[in-house]
Amino acid sequence: MTRVDMTTRLAGVAFPNPVFTASGCAAAGQELHAFFDVASIGGVVTKSIMLAPRSGRATPRMAETPSGMINSIGLQGPGIDAFLERDLAWLEAQGARAVVSIAGGSLEEYALLAQKLRGRAGIAMVEVNISCPNVEDRGQVFACDPTASSNVVDAVRRNTSSGVPVFAKLSPDVTDITTIARACVAAGADGLSVINTLLGMVIDTTTMRPVLGGVTGGLSGPAIRPVAVRCVWQVHAALPDVPILGMGGIRTGLDALEFLLAGASAVSVGTTVFGDPSAPVRVLRELEQALADRGIDRLSDVVGLAHRPPAARVPEDADPLGDELVPAAAAQEAAP
Amino acid sequence: MPVQVTGEVVSAKRIGAYTAMTVTAPGVPELARPGHFLAVQVGGPASSMLLRRAFALYDMSPRGVYGGTVQFVFAVSGRGTAWLAERRSGDRLDVVGPLGRPFRLPAHPVSATLVGGGYGSAPLLPLARVLRERGCRVSFVLGAGSVDRLFGHLDAKRMADTLAVTTDDGSAGERGRVSDVLPAVLERTDSDVVYACGPMAMLRAVSDIAAERGLPSQVAVEESMACGIGVCMTCVLPVVGDDGQTRMVRSCVEGPVFRGDRVRWDAVGTVPPDAVGAITAPGAHR
Repeated sequence: MTRVDMTTRLAGVAFPNPVFTASGCAAAGQELHAFFDVASIGGVVTKSIMLAPRSGRATPRMAETPSGMINSIGLQGPGIDAFLERDLAWLEAQGARAVVSIAGGSLEEYALLAQKLRGRAGIAMVEVNISCPNVEDRGQVFACDPTASSNVVDAVRRNTSSGVPVFAKLSPDVTDITTIARACVAAGADGLSVINTLLGMVIDTTTMRPVLGGVTGGLSGPAIRPVAVRCVWQVHAALPDVPILGMGGIRTGLDALEFLLAGASAVSVGTTVFGDPSAPVRVLRELEQALADRGIDRLSDVVGLAHRPPAARVPEDADPLGDELVPAAAAQEAAP
Repeated sequence: MPVQVTGEVVSAKRIGAYTAMTVTAPGVPELARPGHFLAVQVGGPASSMLLRRAFALYDMSPRGVYGGTVQFVFAVSGRGTAWLAERRSGDRLDVVGPLGRPFRLPAHPVSATLVGGGYGSAPLLPLARVLRERGCRVSFVLGAGSVDRLFGHLDAKRMADTLAVTTDDGSAGERGRVSDVLPAVLERTDSDVVYACGPMAMLRAVSDIAAERGLPSQVAVEESMACGIGVCMTCVLPVVGDDGQTRMVRSCVEGPVFRGDRVRWDAVGTVPPDAVGAITAPGAHR
């Protein structure tokens, strides 16, 4: 296989390759280190950390759904102090690039979290989980309101070291994702993580009650991939200069390629890790092969490529869909 | 450290209502101890079922005709296990294991009672073997709804010093629950320690009976899991730590074997308000 330049940049920070873990799907990397070297992937996006230790929600917290799963974990975690002392220190010792995801219930909490991270070694980026209920606004989710989103981003950006990019993680559960994207960027977000889970629900037809202890939960996995690709596409079209970390149901290298083509500069592999703990390194390998197969020698050349007119796309011998579903009839119609 | 390997099905045997499946899994049996479990991918590489199914180890053979093999037992309870039950010799299976913390073994030759409900008896059989090797006296109490849902009673009969069987419908052994006969068995065998695996309600009853008699108990729980390796935080239950504080701990990495007296049985399925980090304010963080 010809070597492909897999390096990527997110808001000025260089990464050796574009495959990251996803927040909430990798804890803080230690458990996955049994299956692959966490320093070998682009970065480890940690589970969203809050100020205080947190027990999360009642069980059941999870249900498998067609090509996906739904969860209501409730951000169980050790709190920022234990995280810094134990988890971040461990990631740094491995040489991993840590993307620390933070979550709060108020602007003050977000600001305090950013202050705690400030000046700490081993943090490549900060990802702000804004899909949290605002305790000061009747539990309204920050990510669903442009002003609330921009206030959070502003609070985090102000309290974060200038060399550390701040990415806001957007929720797809909004009328127009570009409105929130623009508000976050205007407030100082250096990039955007697209997308968080979709709010969903499952009812047990035997007990005739909601399955999840939290009643509703976040839907993830390949089932949401087309939604995620659409969101990345829309955000990249609206803000072509803003780097995107894309995620939502990535299972294979070709799935990752789809996100890059839509405009993401890097991707997170999330739910797939639950079923395939070595998935991030497999996706990376498959992505590199897919790029090589298409005669592409630099990953950065495909970022946002799908937005350009089809003439300049792929060599004729490559199969643009990557599977057997080549629309032969359509090709025949187009022939002179 | 667990490994992820692609194994091959060696055999799939129907035993009553269950299937006992043997799979080659290089590297797994060498590390496996009684109480460890496996996480098995179901539905093939393009499956719409993303999550692994977790099964306790019933047998681990580092050396044999097929190299290292592991065996696990399951009941068909959904599409994933239905797919698994259709696997035949030679089919490939992606396996992660061994996972979890195994049963702790007594340092001295003691009298041990092993209590199994349904196919929950599967991990108790390799445990019995190890206990016997250590000179322990082993007594079994096995129960199920009906005789076809009993598992391991023939093995147990061969291996154990005593065996008591109960079924809810009386189709084998005494009619009733394992908890009905357990106090008398503990008395008669002068047991020093109790091990159990089975449904949560049974584990609670067994833990209570052991605690009433001042006996240590070790129970292997079955909580629904998405990953089995400690990253998803779905399989938690409230457990009291050495410091006396209750935490929501992961049954996949901190369990599945717990001290019976440390599990907050009355609070399983909830986050008790005195747990470390219990949510006191309303909110719906996903």
